[in-house]
Amino acid sequence: MTDQTQALQEQITAAYANKTACRIEGGNSKHFIGNPSAGEQVSTKNHTGIISYDASELVLTARSGTTLKEISAALAVNNQSLPFEPPAFSEHATIGGTIACNLSGPARAYSGAARDFVLGTRIINGKGEVLQFGGQVMKNVAGYDASRLMAGAYGTLGLLLEVSLKILPKAQTEITIKSQQSADAAINIINQLAGKYLPISASCYFDEHLYIRLNSSQQNCEAASQMICQQITAQPIESSAELWQQILEQQHVFFDTDQPVARISLPATSQHIAITGEQLIEWGGALRWLKTDQPIEQLRQTVQALGGHVSAYKNYPADTEYFQPLASGISILHKGLKNAFDPAGILNPGRLYKEL
Amino acid sequence: MSTTNTQQQLINAFSTVLPADAVLYNAEDLHPYECDGLSAFRQIPLMVVLPETVEQVQSIIKTCHQLQVPVIARGAGTGLSGGALPLSTGVLLSLAKFKQILDIDPLARTARVQPGVRNLAISEAVKSHGLYYAPDPSSQIACTIGGNVAENSGGVHCLKYGLTVHNILKLDIVTIDGELHSIGSDALDSPGYDLLALMTGSEGMLGVIVEVTVKLLPIPQQAKVIMASFDDVYKAGNAVASIISAGIIPAGLEMMDKLAIKAAEDFIHANYPLDAEAILLCELDGTEIEVNEMIPLAEKVLRDNGATETRLAKDDIERAKFWQGRKSAFPAVGRMSPDYYCMDGTIPKSELGNVLQQIADLSKEYNLPVANVFHAGDGNMHPLILYDANIEGELERTEEFGAKILEACVQAGGTITGEHGVGVEKIDSMCVQFKSAELSQFHAIKKAFDPDTLLNPGKAVPTLHRCAELGAMHVHDGKLPHPELPRF
Repeated sequence: MTDQTQALQEQITAAYANKTACRIEGGNSKHFIGNPSAGEQVSTKNHTGIISYDASELVLTARSGTTLKEISAALAVNNQSLPFEPPAFSEHATIGGTIACNLSGPARAYSGAARDFVLGTRIINGKGEVLQFGGQVMKNVAGYDASRLMAGAYGTLGLLLEVSLKILPKAQTEITIKSQQSADAAINIINQLAGKYLPISASCYFDEHLYIRLNSSQQNCEAASQMICQQITAQPIESSAELWQQILEQQHVFFDTDQPVARISLPATSQHIAITGEQLIEWGGALRWLKTDQPIEQLRQTVQALGGHVSAYKNYPADTEYFQPLASGISILHKGLKNAFDPAGILNPGRLYKEL
Repeated sequence: MSTTNTQQQLINAFSTVLPADAVLYNAEDLHPYECDGLSAFRQIPLMVVLPETVEQVQSIIKTCHQLQVPVIARGAGTGLSGGALPLSTGVLLSLAKFKQILDIDPLARTARVQPGVRNLAISEAVKSHGLYYAPDPSSQIACTIGGNVAENSGGVHCLKYGLTVHNILKLDIVTIDGELHSIGSDALDSPGYDLLALMTGSEGMLGVIVEVTVKLLPIPQQAKVIMASFDDVYKAGNAVASIISAGIIPAGLEMMDKLAIKAAEDFIHANYPLDAEAILLCELDGTEIEVNEMIPLAEKVLRDNGATETRLAKDDIERAKFWQGRKSAFPAVGRMSPDYYCMDGTIPKSELGNVLQQIADLSKEYNLPVANVFHAGDGNMHPLILYDANIEGELERTEEFGAKILEACVQAGGTITGEHGVGVEKIDSMCVQFKSAELSQFHAIKKAFDPDTLLNPGKAVPTLHRCAELGAMHVHDGKLPHPELPRF
């Protein structure tokens, strides 16, 4: 457990003075997400430690270099967990990188995203200033919400020093049920069920089967499972935890491919996208992974017309713009915000968009 | 240019896009807009406009931008921090005519609504689908969704169901150049920065909200409420922590102290125990199975923490009665005193006893009674200071007392405002919570959206000079806050 605030601040301050680009890195487990960013390495790897955690407050504050592994272990002692179920992709994954990428797992559609659980952050902006936003309480409307703004900013607005997160208790029991369905039927079923008060905590569709995870007390899970199994032809599976671990960490056979994989974010009830290529659908229909050789520009147009967006998730040519381009007016607001936090443009330049 | 000239220019420009009755500038027409829910601050605006289309809003804002006239957006005016307080040189942009629910999608569990739709009207409109909109500020019968987004409003169910920011998907906003932008999306995420989070709670300083897409949740099959009485507020505070530690996330967990109990009981006759020092209202919701599992567990935790009595509301009528007392606590306290001043600090739950003691000490020092009502589950306190504005100097003493409570909240690791916003009311307390560099960062964010500072200027974020002058009055430990600033 070490506090590297001073060293990190000195590094960014010097980079600001010299106008040299910084490439912020934690456990380097998410280097494949976003555009490549050149620059001098600024590592948060040794800026570690859980600063405070009180189970009855449901709040944990940790330095950005603390590993997800350490945090999960600390929370497990009190039967609690990070409700957004972040993927790690490596045992070196840090909480800073997780929040910077706003990464959430299978529970996202039901519990919320990483950004929903951010209560406060301490950052270094592009001028080398240490700033604190938000706090360690559930409700806080003092000043603009600069904390949540850091989630998904990929370090382009500030280097995360500390994050405070809302924590929730873990459910006692987990049951997963499986049902053979067409993709369109599965999307309809999972959205119909989400409109009822049921302990659904994740869903997934691949290989003509819909999987629904329930998390609650034993009795509540069993009742919900029976109710759903009566409505649709379905049955519980044996290896629930293993399945969701594979989906969460993308160790599932679907992701083992050399073909380009597009990450498609869509309104959950959108019909199945009829594009040739294997699909895996998560988040109640709102997240669709597609293996396709279709040019990404074409795919982006199709998805944008449906109200969604596409990331060039993996195996795309190196010069592909990773994230869906922004509308021109929104892009101007982005440049304004980048300039407000990082006037010299030194923090992870290009990682999110070439112009930021 | 004189105010009269500016006003005439605005009237000329607005008359080309708005009907005559949507442009108000006579003194008697302007009076109803002089304040919001914080009536201690009043100001007649230069004029009021009441557009009913997005194009009209764009045109109004473009005109104000060209003439460099401030624009203050207003919903129902129920805000408690003066966020919609007019400027004598500014246009008050009322969104009262934007009352349409544009679309309800029961399968996607979303509703697309105009900003002037009332919070409760959304839940009423979707009830037949078994859905509701979760955030429920106590003013939900009157407050509008546009104002809720501007303030990131909460309510009594936030611990389990989140704040406004967790329950909206998409916004249409008009920026000061008159451009219309769509932020967020009907999907679960959007590319780029989280502008949706930034806009939520930005108090009308970054853009004007003209459409909101909200998330809807399934109505729980069952909700039950336990009322627990305590002979000591500390014990009630400990019970709150113990409930959370037991793995229970109540839908609502509210505390009232003796004075608040008396006020509510005299007003509503909810059958509250008048001899208790504090009561907790603990609501549990979910499926019938989980509610029935949790009730005995919660009752046991409450008794183990010294509850002198626990009472389970026997039916929905009694449950509504228990809540009515709590939700009417503000007007109930209003009946006990000519005026009251409501605070909104939030603290870590473990600091509850400590901060309550400080409030009690300050109450003695200022000789002003305080009734405490709070969202105990999330540490959001609403101390109500009782005072009489007709007694000379009493309002000023009350404000000073309030500011000290907020300082105590910040020192306890909390914040000056949990859900009411900063507005004009708590602008000086922002200097206590944030350092100069942080306030400068907020001003830089503002400039990225509104370079000429025309949208709701002077609210929410104090200038560094204001903090420096205030700091000069409050020297702590011989150290001046903001020492880097020039002083005069």
